[in-house]
Amino acid sequence: MMGFSRPQLVALAVMIAVIVVAPFVAYPVFLMKVMCFALFACAFNLLIGYVGLLSFGHAAYFGMGCYLSAYAAKSWGFSAELCVALGFVTGAALGAVFGAIAIKRQGIYFSMITLALAQMVYFFATQAAFTGGEDGIQQVPRAPVLGFISMQNDMAIYVLVAVVFLAGFLLIHRIIHSPFGMVLKAIRENEPRAISLGYRVNDYKLMAFALSTGIAGAAGGLKSLVFGIATLTDVTWQASGEIVLTTLLGGLGTVFGPVIGAVIINTLEFYLAPFGSWVTVTQGVIFIACVMAFRRGIVGEIAARAKVAL
Amino acid sequence: MLSILGYNAGPLLAQSILGLINGAFYALLSLGLAVIFGLLNIINFAHGALYMLGAVVAWVLLNHLSLGYWPSLLLAPLIVGAFGVILERTMISKLYKLDHLYGLLLTFGIALIVEGLARNEFGSSGMSYAVPESLRGATKLGFMIMPTYRLWVVVASFVMCITTWFVLEKTSLGATLRAATENAALVQAFGVNVPRLVTLTYGAGVALAALAGVMAAPVYSVNPGMGSNVIIVVFAVVVIGGMGSILGSILTGFGLGLLEGFTKFLYPQGSGVVVFVLMVIVLLTRPAGLFGKAT
Repeated sequence: MMGFSRPQLVALAVMIAVIVVAPFVAYPVFLMKVMCFALFACAFNLLIGYVGLLSFGHAAYFGMGCYLSAYAAKSWGFSAELCVALGFVTGAALGAVFGAIAIKRQGIYFSMITLALAQMVYFFATQAAFTGGEDGIQQVPRAPVLGFISMQNDMAIYVLVAVVFLAGFLLIHRIIHSPFGMVLKAIRENEPRAISLGYRVNDYKLMAFALSTGIAGAAGGLKSLVFGIATLTDVTWQASGEIVLTTLLGGLGTVFGPVIGAVIINTLEFYLAPFGSWVTVTQGVIFIACVMAFRRGIVGEIAARAKVAL
Repeated sequence: MLSILGYNAGPLLAQSILGLINGAFYALLSLGLAVIFGLLNIINFAHGALYMLGAVVAWVLLNHLSLGYWPSLLLAPLIVGAFGVILERTMISKLYKLDHLYGLLLTFGIALIVEGLARNEFGSSGMSYAVPESLRGATKLGFMIMPTYRLWVVVASFVMCITTWFVLEKTSLGATLRAATENAALVQAFGVNVPRLVTLTYGAGVALAALAGVMAAPVYSVNPGMGSNVIIVVFAVVVIGGMGSILGSILTGFGLGLLEGFTKFLYPQGSGVVVFVLMVIVLLTRPAGLFGKAT
């Protein structure tokens, strides 16, 4: 079904069941944060896991999606679904421009360029009038869906976040398993051969880049609706590094890896937050452990042991 | 007073000197990055954190062991260089056979740990480091008066850069290094201990970063975040200059510092982004960088 293998269908059913039951057991706002970052990580994984491009500045798209959607909700009175759509458009447009520049170089250069471009966005966010500089955009109203379904209740907005997350998750899964996705994987495995087969590799890379940044922007838009703020935190390079870590820990190139990674990293931050910089140190340790010991990530290791694709 | 294009020349000169000082640090850091990248094929993300570590070590030496600036200028790079050697032996050396991206991710993790620990120990605010006695005051340069310490930074880092260039391009050690960059297996066959060469190169590149850190301590305050602020600019410098030549990275470093200074004078808000804008322009016109070889 939809390109899901049997184990993946089971995993999907478990994930949906957890999403349905979790808000009755855990704090809904925390769960919504996890889903926003899980969607962000899935979008990032589309690039690193399936095209082999390490973008080190994905926070720029997430953060700008966050800003634009917060601004639209507060100043223009956009409804919730339009805010998320605006987040997608912002991320995709920015990604199309930056992607066109970054794909001119390969490998590590690509990563350094995406990082530098994201830093440009960070400076823009500190200077531009509409972002509110150091203060960010605060007290963003929780815009109603379609203009009349109120989102004031945590459970109501939880349903919205869950729906957008699942839609994004299924969209990414669909992209990966489409003929377009097959070409992306071919580029990852052997770029010169893909070129010699007649594929316009750069067009495919750019398309994948813009899709990934668009979904990242939508995740950002969603986050600004949940928390009612958009701040500089979401456009820093540390945020970009964190999403790399999330995806690496869960498993690069696995469908469920980024979700598991987001659950672990966010839980870790939640409990370590009172200890200041130990969050950073722990993240560094996890990074090193992932790179040195288990490069397949948690879900990747499980899938390899069980000999299934997850 | 002199004037250039209707602008008063005084502030312009002052800003370009400030820019030149930033440029001196960019040059030292991008030089270390280029040397490490040349031989190890690794983008050392930890470079900024080790630059910060150099400054912190100098501060600790001064405040806990009463060792002043001049001993620190030698000791801090040695200590940080030794730390670099340990990092290379225990972790980085295990990754040479893998995709370059893993090296980037590993060194990023190292940077997070070093910075996080420094923040835990010293807090986020800066700690001041006094200018050494012998370099206080100002020097008259004919066209302007400049704080002696800043003049020293520019001259010292320029000399350091040229020395590195000389060692790499004109000595037999440099020739071996360059040969190992081209074809490590062949150089090994000639009886050179390439793994040791690689380790020492990483140590030397890192020591260069620490040296920049010690020199930076009196100019900027010693601050756990100082490395992460500068490393991204240095990455842009490296992209603009291209990894092809040592001289290229020195010239680009100083040049971009100057450019930043000019921008601060003409349009202060733009000084933070001018390097990145130039990077975009260079990528669109010369994707391999100003001094890089086309790949």
